[in-house]
Amino acid sequence: MAYTDKTRGMYSDILTGMKDAGLFKQERYIHSAQAADIVVEFPEGAELKKVINICANNYLGLSSHPEVVKAAHAGLDSHGYGMSSVRFICGTQDIHKKLEKMVTEFLGTEDTILFPSCMDANAGVFEAVLTKDDVMISDRLVHASIIDGIRLCSAMHDTFKHSDMGHLEEKLQLHNDKRQKMVITDGVFSMDGDTAKLDQMAELCEKYDAMLFCDESHSSGFIGKTGRGTHEKCGVMGKMDIITTTFGKGLGGASGGCVSGRKELVEMCRQKARPYLFSNTIAPPVVAGVIKVLEILSATTERRDKLEKNTGFWRKGLTEAGLIIKEGDTPIVPVMLFNAKLSQDVSKDLYNEGIYAIGFFFPVVPQGAARIRTQISAGHEIHHLEKALDAFRKVGKKYNILGKTKQEIIEMYGM
Amino acid sequence: MEDMKEVVREYVVREYVEDDSEVTFDTPLISGGIVDSFSMVSLKRFLENKYKISIPDDKATPEAFDSVNKICILVQEFTKA
Repeated sequence: MAYTDKTRGMYSDILTGMKDAGLFKQERYIHSAQAADIVVEFPEGAELKKVINICANNYLGLSSHPEVVKAAHAGLDSHGYGMSSVRFICGTQDIHKKLEKMVTEFLGTEDTILFPSCMDANAGVFEAVLTKDDVMISDRLVHASIIDGIRLCSAMHDTFKHSDMGHLEEKLQLHNDKRQKMVITDGVFSMDGDTAKLDQMAELCEKYDAMLFCDESHSSGFIGKTGRGTHEKCGVMGKMDIITTTFGKGLGGASGGCVSGRKELVEMCRQKARPYLFSNTIAPPVVAGVIKVLEILSATTERRDKLEKNTGFWRKGLTEAGLIIKEGDTPIVPVMLFNAKLSQDVSKDLYNEGIYAIGFFFPVVPQGAARIRTQISAGHEIHHLEKALDAFRKVGKKYNILGKTKQEIIEMYGM
Repeated sequence: MEDMKEVVREYVVREYVEDDSEVTFDTPLISGGIVDSFSMVSLKRFLENKYKISIPDDKATPEAFDSVNKICILVQEFTKA
């Protein structure tokens, strides 16, 4: 034990510096199940407050769906609480294999391997399938977990400008001498809510003999006509080489993730991916819950259709209110405020109005691009969204930002 | 040398600069945050392809890539070899 006062002081200073810079993250405690209406304690010790949640990844409203909860209970009873083993020793149950098969069918791929999270899937997949003779070419706005996975892999790494297909083609030409090339993107980008041009990317990959990787965490279950994801929306189902996705967002919201794609690549992960080899997989009750989620989504598109309708209502409402939103058609709808402090003030005032939405600012988003990221759910009813719109109008009026241009807001509040 | 500087400067602007920032031959690229360590790869490969050289990884340091002038000195070292 050598945790001296000097050591303690060093870490305290770092944390104080983070607080002073406004970069210190604080949790808000939720005293209810995850849903459109939640009960929140914030700050710590404050009186509980009932608010409408518009910042969860609960896109399909399945986090507390009675049938999913019931299935998880049944899974707990039939298959127990935990596995106490990694998959390849004695940690694989029939339901893990059943879920892998169901995900393969749902995504239209060849095979699937489960991971404890999509963070783990992205951390393990590149190292498992690529070597120093290969190159990874990623969109400059891919998720942090992909960046971490790329760092763990010995293959060369290069980037292309966000969604710039001309630039991607230049990079494919530049690295054409590599043994394998892998193009890497998110399906839906989590901060802006825009969608990857997977159809054009698939064409380029075919032209230059490259593999195509897509993280579908913010699209599985609701993007595309039957909710299979961005690859369905872009008409390239069956052409994807690797899809990673999570069960921690639209697909029930609990935990777990997977790598799904070409069977040889999935097998490489089974043999070599370290988060799979050295960590327990998804716990039995969660597996049972996700199986139920996929059954619900395979039987009807009712929930993704409702989400689409809610998203349209929300985007139209914000625009008509005179707020600046990032254009698109996904349920991730950023309300642009540009100034970091303004984003924090608006978030606080919305909370006082009973609306739970978080402000994001640098370094999570680029400097001068602070925003409130709103996320719509099939669990929202129109009355939830109307109340949230009323709050945005009221708070927007207070700060005099309704109907204002980006330039006007920046002139008032700065970058 | 002047031609090479212009070619490298143009590449850096096209590849990395997404606003109207000016890049001179002395602008700090890595320490100035214009080129990140991931993106150095494409710059290295561009130089190797363009000037038909091979730059060993231990020579492609952030210091050696920190301005157009420094990059051109490095490239000349290998074109002469």
